Parts: sequence; C-alpha cells; structure tokens
Amino acid sequence: MIPTQFDYVAPGSVDEALAALAQHGDDAKVLAGGQSLLPVLRMRLNAPEVVIDLGKIDALREIRDEGDTITIGAMATYQSILDHTGIKGSLRLLHQAISEVADPQIRHRGTLGGALVHADPAGDCGAPTLALEADLVIQGPSGERTVAATDFFEDLFTTAVGDDELLTAIRFRKHDGWGSHYEKFVRVAHQWPIVSIAAAVKVDGGTISEARIGLVNMGSTALRASATEAALVGAQATAEGVAEACAKAADGTNPPSDLNGDADYRRHLATVLTKRAVLKAAGG
Amino acid sequence: MTKIQLTVDGAKVSDDVEPRMLLVQYLREKLGKTGTVIGCDTSNCGACTVHLDGRSVKSCNVLAVQADGSEVTTIEGLAEGSVLHPVQEAFRECHALQCGFCTPGMIMQSVDLLKDNPDPSEEEIRVGIEGNLCRCTGYHNIVRAVQTAAAGKVSGDAEAGSPAATAETEKVEV
Ligand SMILES: Cc1cc2nc3c(=O)[nH]c(=O)nc-3n(C[C@H](O)[C@H](O)[C@H](O)COP(=O)(O)OP(=O)(O)OC[C@H]3O[C@@H](n4cnc5c(N)ncnc54)[C@H](O)[C@@H]3O)c2cc1C
Ligand code: FES
Ligand code: FES
Repeated sequence: MIPTQFDYVAPGSVDEALAALAQHGDDAKVLAGGQSLLPVLRMRLNAPEVVIDLGKIDALREIRDEGDTITIGAMATYQSILDHTGIKGSLRLLHQAISEVADPQIRHRGTLGGALVHADPAGDCGAPTLALEADLVIQGPSGERTVAATDFFEDLFTTAVGDDELLTAIRFRKHDGWGSHYEKFVRVAHQWPIVSIAAAVKVDGGTISEARIGLVNMGSTALRASATEAALVGAQATAEGVAEACAKAADGTNPPSDLNGDADYRRHLATVLTKRAVLKAAGG
Repeated sequence: MTKIQLTVDGAKVSDDVEPRMLLVQYLREKLGKTGTVIGCDTSNCGACTVHLDGRSVKSCNVLAVQADGSEVTTIEGLAEGSVLHPVQEAFRECHALQCGFCTPGMIMQSVDLLKDNPDPSEEEIRVGIEGNLCRCTGYHNIVRAVQTAAAGKVSGDAEAGSPAATAETEKVEV
C-alpha cells in the first residue's frame, strides 16, 4: 500500500519549518528519517494533508562535543551517532543501544530525534536517554525550552513536544567514569525488544555509589526503575550484592501483554535482565 | 507534483512526482528499473535495498522526493558493462540463491557491509544482513558468497569450478 495524497514542503531552516507548522497546524506531520512515519502512512494509520520534511536542515544533523556535554542534533542519523568517536567513548550506553536498533538500512535513515518523538515504549532509545539523564531541546513559536528526559515521555506515542513545536537537539552529559550496559531481550534477530534494560552505574572500590536504570517496554512509556536505583546505592557490585535491589526492577510498572509474553512474564524478565545489566555495567 | 532531480545508476534524471510516491515505485514504475523488487509491506524484508548517497536503504521506506539531489545506485548499476561486480560474481559462484527474489537486496546490502568492513567474520556477516530476509536458502550460501567476495576469491569463471563452487557441488551430491 502507498500513502494517501499529501502536499510536501522541505524547509531549509528551523524557523521556516516552525512557520510551516504554524500555518498547517493539525493537518501537518513532520518527517525525519521516515522509518516509523512512512510505515504509518503506508498502512494509512495517519493521513496528513501536509508533510514537512526536516531532511534539508543541515544544522539539525550536527553532533557537537562541548567539553562536558555532547549535543546531538535531532536529525543526526543512528549511523552518524555510531560513527562518532566521542559518543563511543563517553556515552557508551547510548552507542550500544543504538547499535541494536533494527538493521543497518534503517540505521542509515532513522534519527535519534525521530525515535524519541515517536515515543514507542518498545523503542530502544528512550531507556538510555532516561538513564543518561539527557536534556531535550524543543523549539516552538515562543522560542526554545529544555525538558529533562524524565519529563519528556508523557504517554504512549506522546511527548512534551507540542503540535507547533520541534525537537531540535538532545544534550547528554558525558559519562566518563561510569560503567554501562544495554541488555536487549529478543527471540530472533532484527526484533523490537520484548524487554530491555539500560543500566549505568558508578562503582567505587567494589561498591556501587550511583545507579540509573532505564526500562524498555515495561509500560506506556520508557521508564526508570527508581526503586532499584535507590536500593543499589551502597550495594556490593557482586551477584549477591545487587540481587535484592534488582528484584525491585518491575516495581510500579504496568507492562503490556502480547504474543511475546504476558505482563507477569515481562515483570520477571525485567528483574533478571536488570541484574545481568547491572553486573555487566559494574564490570563483572 | 514536486520536481526532483537525482542521479540513478550514473545517469541524471529529472521528473515531476507525487510526493507520496515511494523511491522503489519511482525506480520501478518511472525508470523501469525492475531489478529492485518489493517483497513486503512492512519494510522488514530488505528486497528493495538500494544505495542512497553511498549507504544502503530500504527504498520502500524512502519517498522519491526525499532522494531529490541524491545519488542512487540499484542492483542494475553495479556491473561494469558485462563484467559483474565481485559480490554478484560471488553470489553466482557460491550458488547463493534459489528463487532469487531476495538476491538484489542481499547483494546491495552485502556491498554496503563490505565497504564498511572489508574482512567480516561469519557472525558480522549474519548481523550485517539481518535486515534482509531469505525464505529459500537458509542463508549459508549467502554468507559463503560474502566471505568469498571479501577474500577476493572470485574467479569470474564459474564453469571452471572455483573452490567455493566445488565445495557446494560436493555438498549437494552427499
Ligand atoms: C523494520 C523496522 C524495524 C525497526 N526496529 C526497531 C527496533 O528494533 N528498535 C527501535 O527502537 N526502533 C525500531 N524501528 C523504528 C526506527 O527506530 C525509527 O527510525 C524511529 O523510530 C523513528 O525515527 P525517524 O527519524 O525515522 O522518524 P520518523 O519516522 O520520520 O518520525 C517519527 C515520528 O516523530 C515525529 N518527528 C520526527 N522528528 C521530529 C522532530 N525533530 N520534532 C518533532 N517531531 C518529530 C514525526 O512526525 C513522526 O510522528 C524499526 C523500524 C522498522 C521499519
Ligand atoms: S520491500 Fe522494502 S523492505 Fe520489504
Ligand atoms: S533465494 Fe528465494 S528468498 Fe532468497
């Protein structure tokens, strides 16, 4: 199937794109890499009158190393993020999660900004963005604002980005000195996560001093396992030491049931995978 | 209608297209390049893989208007005249196909993979082609073809019996 008819604009700047959004309002849809939007349009789950393609706005593709932070333009492709040596070194968790998204062809087109605004709770990118406590830069008619990752994901496919706004960049604090691991659980290659865990920990002399845990597909948005994060502080970085904290990984979650597993199965899986991820992150 | 200008298999083309037209449709229906095939409705199978500005993409998941100003290479643009690309030759010699429907996409993805990693392990090849599905071969000969191309062991003369082709014949006879 092919999409229904739409008009197409490819603005050359963020301001022009915002003006087009203001003009067309609800009738418009923003196009980034198209790797989620085009399947949606082809299945005719959405039929916008106007598609606003961000593909010609080169400034949105930039990845900037700013010393303590790295700012990734919303339109940076998965592949360009994987190719960036600073990200490989200082944001290993993000790098590892992105290397497991979909397949090479999709990683050549798909963007981090598109993935985060799409906000599929089964997507790989939300959990590392939460665990690395990124800030999301949003631009709209009244200027620019920054939203913390914990406030960004609002509901299924719903984020803090308003209809008249664009996500322009994602800013990450460098995580040198942290250990991290992304543990993705799938039945076959090339699958969306059944559950994944994004873990970042700081270990001092064998004891965990800080922990951040992001959960994929454990509710209507990507989530943080706050109970586990708190309980890990002061724990020995050993299988026995982290067991009790990791058993809390599914506390307060409301995971989906589908053909890959029911909610109870996912809750169990989350505890097992969190333990694995934390131990690998801690270097064990 | 939106005007697009791009280069496809080395030739400059320019057309007015509906914005909703997919790149794969443009290649097949407007340019007659039916070597690029459509195998699914969900962007899972990879049969439609082409190169867009030097990187592999699924042409069913790109709009033709998004390719404006770009360079596209399809399976029809790989050979140099009558001389097959080494990866095409390796697929032929290793008998890396049965029905052949996945082959254009498999070859385009394999060329992309080898550009990134000229000496991939078997594991890296399997992961590198994870976005391409084959319903016939069980992938073994496809992996062997990519290994053969990577090792530069393509003889260019299948009848003469390259090591890979011989190994395959023995297997079939067992
Ligand atoms: C076969 C297949 C397998 C996949 N497997 C996985 C997987 O294993 N894991 C995974 O995480 N993902 C997977 N994906 C999805 C993929 O990661 C998408 O690329 C990604 O979700 C969307 O990014 P995009 O740039 O392509 O955005 P698009 O598809 O262009 O846009 C997505 C949505 O975000 C909006 N949007 C995009 N950018 C902005 C912006 N800057 N400001 C405001 N709104 C914006 C669009 O309007 C649209 O609603 C898969 C996709 C396919 C087709
Ligand atoms: S036809 Fe494009 S991926 Fe199947
Ligand atoms: S040879 Fe038939 S699908 Fe691959």
